[in-house]
Amino acid sequence: MTLPMLKMGAGTLKQACRVLSALYVIGDDADGRGRISRKALSLLALFVLLQVAVVISLGVGGADIGVAKVLWHLADKTGLAGSSVDDFSARVLDSLRLPRIIRAIVIGAALGVAGTVMQSLFRNPIADPGIIGVSASAACGAVAMIVCGHALLGSHYAAIGPYGVPVAAFLGSGLATGVIRVLSRQDGHTDAAIMLLIGVAINAIAIAGVGIFTYLADDAQLRSLTFWQMGALSGNGPADVPALVGMAAGMAYLLMLGTPLNLFLLGEAEARHLGLEVEALKRRATIITALVVGAAVAVSGIIAFVGLLAPHLVRLVCGPDNKIVLPASALCGAILLVGADAVARIIVLPAELPIGLVTGILGGPFFLGLLMREKKRRRI
Amino acid sequence: MTLCAQNVTFAVRGQTLLDDVSLILHPGEVLAVLGPNGAGKSTLLKVLAGEIAPNKGRVTQNGVDIAHVPALALAQNRAVMPQAAAMAFPFIVRDVVLLGRAPFRKTSSRKIDRDLVEKAIALADIAHLADYAYPALSGGEKQRVHLARALVQLWGMPDSAGVDSSAYTSDVVDTRDTPQSIRHPARFLLLDEPTAGLDISHQHGLLSIARMQAQYHKTGVLMILHDFNQVCGYADRVVILRKGRVAAQGPTDQVMRPDLLSDVFESPIRAVPDPDGATDILISRAGFA
Repeated sequence: MTLPMLKMGAGTLKQACRVLSALYVIGDDADGRGRISRKALSLLALFVLLQVAVVISLGVGGADIGVAKVLWHLADKTGLAGSSVDDFSARVLDSLRLPRIIRAIVIGAALGVAGTVMQSLFRNPIADPGIIGVSASAACGAVAMIVCGHALLGSHYAAIGPYGVPVAAFLGSGLATGVIRVLSRQDGHTDAAIMLLIGVAINAIAIAGVGIFTYLADDAQLRSLTFWQMGALSGNGPADVPALVGMAAGMAYLLMLGTPLNLFLLGEAEARHLGLEVEALKRRATIITALVVGAAVAVSGIIAFVGLLAPHLVRLVCGPDNKIVLPASALCGAILLVGADAVARIIVLPAELPIGLVTGILGGPFFLGLLMREKKRRRI
Repeated sequence: MTLCAQNVTFAVRGQTLLDDVSLILHPGEVLAVLGPNGAGKSTLLKVLAGEIAPNKGRVTQNGVDIAHVPALALAQNRAVMPQAAAMAFPFIVRDVVLLGRAPFRKTSSRKIDRDLVEKAIALADIAHLADYAYPALSGGEKQRVHLARALVQLWGMPDSAGVDSSAYTSDVVDTRDTPQSIRHPARFLLLDEPTAGLDISHQHGLLSIARMQAQYHKTGVLMILHDFNQVCGYADRVVILRKGRVAAQGPTDQVMRPDLLSDVFESPIRAVPDPDGATDILISRAGFA
């Protein structure tokens, strides 16, 4: 009971910081153009939207609780109201939905930020942790551990217990990033275009790896394999909390890269001319992004399209400035995942759809629509 | 206080692109780099900008080997205008120019940045494009955006540099002679074929801006050019590269001789008197005539 409360406290604190930073931008630019305060306003709007999504998502599902009850319960938790809601609703909210939604917020935000960073780093609007194979490699690591863990580690497997699979996922994403970096280096430089292509190849290999392990798996293992391939926010045991904390820390670092990533969009040589240590930035940003994505996959499996969709949606409204796009993508990714989670919980009641399927089914066509719109606009 | 290449050799995969090249760029002068295609001009500029490290020899900026200087410190005293730069995302022109202020983001203020950006935009004649998306511009317009970006970087901090930004409005002259090179490190502007995509009036506009930077703000300007007469009209000194080596180096009037140029470019070049001016015009006849 205390753990969800702790998580909620951390979430509230983070959100408070975000509001403050958004207000800071408004205040700082009071003498400036309306353009920038519009950006700050959209951050604020996204933040409010996230709150709404969270409250609605808390209310829906197998047991319909209702917005009023949810609000009342939250007020009670934060000490604003004296009496609590009925015991059943309180327990559903505290031990089932709230932890899920906190996972959704952190993972969605992490994927949104990771997508933004990758797109800037590769100077390519289609780059995404999913496309360059980081997510698939993490899943491959997890699946390999599920299927072969017993054979490989023997008696140690039990000792590692619930940490084995998330750590393997983590190692998978780290390995993929390492391989991509080593292969794309030439004469001390990394070529972003080659790096992207190598990532695509790694993705194909990792997906094949997942396929092979799936083929080798027995019936019991197959059930847990679907979790990694299609994603789920139902939680994955005691390794979740450290992974979520790690994700939040990595994200905090990535959120500070706004200006360096803007310079990077000019080109690597130009970024260096403007005083950026280009290779150091590439190294740090790719490694931290891999860690964040690896941690996200370790908690929830592969969740498609959020990393791609969130930054694109944000750019449509706020323009391409990474100082705004990074925090806004974090908020937008969180909203998308909280929303998708709500859909996943209610669409096939009493069962639950894997969330990766929801983001794929909703995100794919939506992204296609975006692309078509872009195409038309460029023609003119 | 110079930008100086000492016996620089650069080879990649067995191919020597620069062979024992030495040159000095002094503050306040315009140095033109001239040479046939593939002579190593752009490579030389990359070495001077610290983008690539020479295999032999060294480059010093204000007396310090640039291999030991952080990119940020270099960027505060040296700006580069690239040949072409693509941007995948639709930044508006004003924001692209503003990126030139990045080396000073710790010390500058929004007001200073905004003022300098507006001045550079006016100077580069892109005021009418300032709110357009950068990717939608033509090649020449993009180059002018990068000129403006290089200028706001070069101008640095108005107070610390002793450069009053009001000097950039053409009618104010009183701050132009501010002595600054004694107390402050010299600044350098490197231009890689800056006139390549520009129409003739903007070519002269750009070259005049470069001249003005050198003359009134004691900037060392190095530019890669292809037009002989522009070299004669705007440069103080010339370096001619051929196959990675320095073929000639010296004051413009001594280096820009028809016989030397004909030899280096393997194309007959003549000097004819300009009916209107004192200096001769260098011409090269069409190949099939």
